[in-house]
Parts: sequence; structure tokens; C-alpha cells
Amino acid sequence: MKELQYPFDSHYILQKKKSLRRSLLSDGSARFPKKIAVLGGSTTSDIVRILELFLLDQGIEPSFYECEYGQYEQEALFPGDDLKAFQPDLIFLHTSSRNIRNWPEASDTPGVICQKLADETSRFQTIWNSLRDHFHCPMIQNNFEAPFFRLLGNADCWDLRGRSHFISELNRALEAYAREHEDFYISDLNYTSADFGLSRFSDPYYWNMYKYCMCLDAIPCFAHSLASLIKAIFGRGKKVLALDLDNTLWGGVIGDDGVSGIEIGQENGTAQSYYEFQQYVKQLKSLGIVLSVCSKNDEENALEGLNHPEGFLKPDDFAVIKANWDNKDSNILQTAQELGLLPESIVFADDNPVERDIVTARFPGIAAPVMDRVENYILHLDRGGYFEPASLNEDDLKRAQMYQENKKRDIERAQFSDYGEYLSSLNMEAEIGEFIPMYIPRITQLTNKSNQFNLTTRRYTPDEMEAVMNSPEYIGLYGKLTDKFGDNGLVSVVVGHIAGDVLDIDLWLMSCRVLKRDMEYAMLDALAAEAAARNISVIRGYYFPTKKNHMVKDLYESFGFTKISEDENGSTVWELNTSGYTSKNRYIRLL
Amino acid sequence: MNERQILERLNYVFRDVFDDESIVLSRRTTADDIEDWDSLEHITLIAAVEAEFHIRFKMHEVSTMKNVGEMVDIIAARAR
Repeated sequence: MKELQYPFDSHYILQKKKSLRRSLLSDGSARFPKKIAVLGGSTTSDIVRILELFLLDQGIEPSFYECEYGQYEQEALFPGDDLKAFQPDLIFLHTSSRNIRNWPEASDTPGVICQKLADETSRFQTIWNSLRDHFHCPMIQNNFEAPFFRLLGNADCWDLRGRSHFISELNRALEAYAREHEDFYISDLNYTSADFGLSRFSDPYYWNMYKYCMCLDAIPCFAHSLASLIKAIFGRGKKVLALDLDNTLWGGVIGDDGVSGIEIGQENGTAQSYYEFQQYVKQLKSLGIVLSVCSKNDEENALEGLNHPEGFLKPDDFAVIKANWDNKDSNILQTAQELGLLPESIVFADDNPVERDIVTARFPGIAAPVMDRVENYILHLDRGGYFEPASLNEDDLKRAQMYQENKKRDIERAQFSDYGEYLSSLNMEAEIGEFIPMYIPRITQLTNKSNQFNLTTRRYTPDEMEAVMNSPEYIGLYGKLTDKFGDNGLVSVVVGHIAGDVLDIDLWLMSCRVLKRDMEYAMLDALAAEAAARNISVIRGYYFPTKKNHMVKDLYESFGFTKISEDENGSTVWELNTSGYTSKNRYIRLL
Repeated sequence: MNERQILERLNYVFRDVFDDESIVLSRRTTADDIEDWDSLEHITLIAAVEAEFHIRFKMHEVSTMKNVGEMVDIIAARAR
């Protein structure tokens, strides 16, 4: 929804929040329900109402629990029956500098201040530990914004007695905790308040009148940043940046100006702005975001521009290049298909609002940030929060390389007339085993991001995956696949639940990067072997249809399962006897 | 700006904030007359009215305002 896209009009959002909510809820899009508990140290009412709008816009349908005013600590240490019954998927601690108990005083010795800092830190740690013990779900904690006055002026930041210094030290403690705990995330209130403008943000009027720790106008900016984090935690971040070329990656139109006429490099302010933008885009790639080109140009000209000696990006940086005169929405669809992803995973960066409208009209889930002036390109992409990661793992960092390797596989494929021979030639090797702690983050990430090759679309938190790993009643299998071109990383997850001598498959998914390589057969062989070892006689598979997983409708049939039932929604149940099972994997060597 | 004009503009703001096209304000309208007008929505309402008329209410005015009529009087006195 355009009104909720950065840069948004805060007044408008605040004033129209009710009708915006009504529009979002009636737009017919499917959303994932999530339960969010908000424990506030200040008024949370409009924070929650506006957060809801941004989450709805991101495909999440939240229901909220708000504790009694200011009771964040009490509720965390002694959760009430209502909070327990709510069973949150996520807990958000909305605290701020207004909740600091003991500020340093001018007369305090360093020892006293050290103790005050330790006390404040341990107060919060006790809160987090209590919440973890009771709820085992992700927690988001605001860090602390800078004080709105500096008694010591510029010295407030380094003098131990300065409140600014105290806040910095407290934030360092929060950051250390975040680095050490996978289920704990920081909502960077410190950054958002600075970005908004600290003096307006912390206008005491709103605290004294309404007990809001920020001015009303800041609420949309704050809520938007928080929503970006929440959507990342639930695996709803975007995966691809599709870029236009003319006046997006360089100044000018290469078809008209020629490669020597476009502005990119060090020559003048404009050229340097585009260069800096190219550098930013390359940094996104290093986080595992896939880059593509979607430009109305002859391919020759497009490549010439990308090979400009003073450019920072090169043709090789892009997994897909679409430079032609077709409509951009068709190109975007093809780009998505070639990458094995859904169009909704794409952020489309184009300076032309008409092109943006064409693409978003066809694919409402695509984000197309406002790209008005090159000076604002980085700002708008960054504040949009499209690619914010909840965590980064090895597979993310190598993703661009993986797409590169896929291109080589496709070229090789074209040289074989027999598909089986092609698969043999890949020299594939798979590591398939029961969950281990090191892979839990990646297993969880893949589980929450996979939509197409996903039989049940069941989502798990890291805690739930750990429970699967540790429980004798569950079988959790991961699969990693390598071939002569490179490592695909962790690409498949299977979770089964044992009841007597039956194994119910709760989860079966695979990354679309490795479709048609027979990896699913290797996983099935491993599951069957594991089941037999535990004297399970029947494996039961389930398929729950969604808008996105049609491709696996008959997967269990292809495995040799027998259909037991089908309901009016198209959900199917299948069974396989483990006795007499024969291996189905022919081309992958098991490590 | 006369009182009728102020009331008309206020009406538009109220309809927006409460997402209710059926609202018709009079000087005598109070929070009891509009279902969702509680102390928390009052905050949004005040902010919206301030933005519409480019004024700031004083703190004590926000908490002691008894009906729309009193709001209109303050706006008439303060808005340019």
C-alpha cells in the first residue's frame, strides 16, 4: 500500500489509521497470523495500532496482547494467566530511557555508577530470562534513546556521570546479549529517534500528557522500523533486487547518450552519486540478496553500460539480466521463474513511476520504492527495510555465488540429451542427517521462507526446531547438496512425529534451487531408513494446498505412497509401508 | 473563519479519525455520543485537530475540554 511506503506521511497514517486498517483487511490477500505480546513501560496503544498496519501490509495478520500500563517488568517476571493463555509467537518489550530507574548523579563515584549500570543491566536480563523460561519465543527489546538534555553538554557522552554515557554503556550490554542469544533481537530505538530528530522525538509534552515515550508523529517511523524486524524474524523479507539501468544505476539514457555519455564514476557530483548507489547495491549482494537487471534497452547497450570502466557493478554481479523492449511486468515474472522464486520476493527499483505502477499493479506483493532523486536512492531502499535480515548465515553470504553456479549447471544441462546422464555428470553428493545445533538457524530460516516445495507450510521457531532435535518422539532430517559446480548449502528439511508404529510427516520442504535433481528421493531414502531403524511400519504424508505449493500436490504419489483420503479443500493424506521399501535415489552419493 | 466553518472542518476530521461517515457534530457533542471516543482516541483526535487548524492546545485544555463547543471556541480564538 503506497500510503505505508517510505517516505510516508505520519499525520495521514495517524489520522486515517482506522480506514487504512479496514482497507488492508478487506484486500483479499492471504496473511500469516501471528500473536504478539507487547509489554510496555509507556503507553503502547497507538504504537500497536500503527504497527498492525505495517504488519498487515507485509502479509502478517497480528493479534496483540498489551499488558497493563507500564507493567512490563511485573508481567515478565510473573506472567499473568491472560498472557500465558495468549501463547505469544513473539514478545516485544517497549521500554525507553523513561524507564531507567537510577541515573548517575553528579556526586556519584565511579564505583557507584558502575553498580547502577550493573543493576539496570541485570534487571533487564532477569526479565529476558524469565520470558524465555515461560514462553520460548523470540523477544524484541528496544534499546535506549539518547537523553533529551545533556547536563554535561559535550562531556555528557564520555564522563561517567553523563546520562548519555550511561545510556551508551547500557546499550553495549544489550548488544552483547543480542550477540549471545539467538532468540533475542534489538529494536534500535536509538537509531530511529536520531533519524526522526531527537528533540522532536522526545518532546516531554507527550510523556507528561499521555505517557508516550515519543511524540505522536514519530510513531509511524518507529512502528515501521519495528515491523521490518518482525517480518524478517518471520521470514518474510524480500530476496531479490531487480534494477532498472537508465537513471537508476547511472545518470542518463545509454541508448541516446552512448556509453561515454552516461554519468557514473568520479567525474562530477551526479556520477559520484550513482557510483555510491552502485556500491550500496553491491553491499546488498554481499548479504545474499540476488541482483537482477530489468531494463528497456538493447542487451548490447545494457552490457556496455554495465562494463563501463568507472562503474562499480559488473554484468557478473547480476544473476539475471533482462534488457529488451518487452513490458517490465513480463520480464519480472520471467526473472522470478528463472530464479525459482515468487514475484513477491522481488524489490523493483526504477526511477520511472509509470514502470513501478505497471509492475505493482500486476504483482501487488512486489515492493517498488519511490526513486525520485539519486541522492535519495540509498535512503529509500534502506529505510524501506525490505532486505533486513533476522540473522545471517553461511548460505546467505554465498547466495550470489550459488546462482552463478546454477547458471553453469544450466549450460551443462543443455549439452545432454538424456537427463539421467546429466544428473550423473553433476557428481552430486548429499549430507543428510538428523538435526544438529549448528544447523538449527539455517533449518529454521529455510522452513519459514519456503513456500513452493512445501507440503504442509508449517512454520517453526528456532526453539521448536530445537525441541524436534532433542525429542525422541520426533525425527528431524536436514539435507545439504553439493555437486561439481559448487555447494548448494542446506536445501531440504523433513520433520516427522512418531505415534506408536506410525510416523506422521509434519514438514517436508526443499529449496527450489535444487528442483529435479532427485534430492527428494535421497531424503525419502534416509527417512525410510530412519523409520525402519525405529520399528515404524507406516509413514504417513500430508499435503495442504496453498496458493503457492501446487507443484508438490502429487509428490507423495511419485514416492509410491497410496492416497488414503482427500477432503473438499484438496488436502490429502498418504501412506507408505516401510517393509519392502526400495531406494529411489540413483544419482546422489551420500556422505 | 466563523463557527459554522470550524464545525464543518472539525466534522471532517472526526469522520476521518473514527472512520465513520455518519458523524454529525454539534456544539453539544461529547465523548459519550461517539462510541470509540475514549481517552486513547482523544490523543489521536487532538493531534488531528491541531494539524488541521495549525494550532496547539494547552495541556490543561486537552484534559478539561467538555464538549465540541469548547473545542470550537478555542480554535476560533487561536487559529488565524
